Amino acid sequence: MLIVGELINTSRKAIKPAVESRDAEFIKDLAKKQVEAGADYVDVNCGTMVFNEEETMAWLVETVQSAVSAPLCLDSPNPKALEAGLALVKNGQPMINSITGEKERFEIILPMVLKYKAKIVGLCMDDSGMPETAADRLKIADKLIGDMVAAGVPEGDIYIDPLVKPVSTGDMAGVEVLDTIYAVKQKYPKVHGICGLSNISYGLPNRKILNHVFMIQTMVKGMDGYILDPLDKTMMGFVYASQALLGQDQFCMNYLTAHRNGLYE
Amino acid sequence: MANFESLSQSVIAGKEAQVKEQTQALIDAGTDPLEIINQGLIAGMNVVGARFKNGEMFVPEVLMSAKSMSSGIELVKPLIADSDMPNKGTVIIGTVKGDLHDIGKNLVAMMLESGGFKVINLGTDISPEKFVEGAKEYNTDIIAMSALLTTTMLHMKDTIELVKEEGLKVKCIIGGAPISQDFADEIGADGFAPDAASATDLCGKLMA
Repeated sequence: MLIVGELINTSRKAIKPAVESRDAEFIKDLAKKQVEAGADYVDVNCGTMVFNEEETMAWLVETVQSAVSAPLCLDSPNPKALEAGLALVKNGQPMINSITGEKERFEIILPMVLKYKAKIVGLCMDDSGMPETAADRLKIADKLIGDMVAAGVPEGDIYIDPLVKPVSTGDMAGVEVLDTIYAVKQKYPKVHGICGLSNISYGLPNRKILNHVFMIQTMVKGMDGYILDPLDKTMMGFVYASQALLGQDQFCMNYLTAHRNGLYE
Repeated sequence: MANFESLSQSVIAGKEAQVKEQTQALIDAGTDPLEIINQGLIAGMNVVGARFKNGEMFVPEVLMSAKSMSSGIELVKPLIADSDMPNKGTVIIGTVKGDLHDIGKNLVAMMLESGGFKVINLGTDISPEKFVEGAKEYNTDIIAMSALLTTTMLHMKDTIELVKEEGLKVKCIIGGAPISQDFADEIGADGFAPDAASATDLCGKLMA
């Protein structure tokens, strides 16, 4: 299981001013808290800083790395910002979010994946647009995996993101993701799955409940990576409980640790 | 007996079959078709928009209401000359160049249509040139642009600049997850809306 802590993202209201004022202590503290809460990777996303994203990314990478030894997930639609961050990485294997089946994006991102030997999130969309069905997604995943493996990316470094759409605008949005991840894991046992959870609940009340339940449902189908808020105790509690119930937690050790850490109070 | 109030209520409740039945009953009773639209169907959708905005109603309910309303409109439309159809203004809407995200944009299109605007949905990956062509072709009042990616949002600026170069008298509005009022001001947009219900209000204000 790979947990990517999503909180350092300038599209979040509390983060933007801290990043703009280069409040290093605030960012360091948030990085530490996420790692302490169980994040394996710390996500760094400053995509909203459109006019100085590269410089901001560089500052964030250095700031986070000075606080934690966990590796980083560099998250941006802008290849230049990704490169600026990757060049400074020193904590283990970086992760890049994301490559897609869009021809131009694929060709720009792939060399970075190889150069930095990074883990790579392969998002299921391509030049024909956003996929609707699981079959559409699987077709894109097949091509992404095939092309990356042919270029020398190890299967185990690939994390397929099925692309989560809101269930509020399509009744089958959850099922299509569940079917996709199951099919990917059947066909490519070494390839991983990853997704964010908040898209599923867009447009509906009690979003946390839907996010929690969707995490559990996708995990049953083989999802083994999440980009989430590790400070959400209920979410993390469900992650450990779910792993124990799925036979992914020897002697229930992680579950018991979570209990002793007060996650189920 | 069908009346405007009960028709509105059926739209609000998203009961499509009932909306059709009541609309047909009003038509059969010789009610002015335009009044059926304005006082029944759109009136109901206006309530839906307000409730959606303040969090009493949610996206799937709004979609059901909009679908119900459209079914009602389909029945009434053949009875009205095109030029008499209620039209608060013409909006072309699309996701900007390089961006394929369409869920939010489609919600906005649906809300605008339900709010009495004529909406032309250009789709995704729309270049500044295509927006301008569309604006000319459809004699548009408003260009509405959506972006989800921070790398594509700058194309909004390109479109606004091209609109100015071409001297079009068109208002440009923008929206999408990474967009803010600050950004709208910075690139000279005529408006920004944080969600689909606000987008309808914004267009209403711009047309007033």
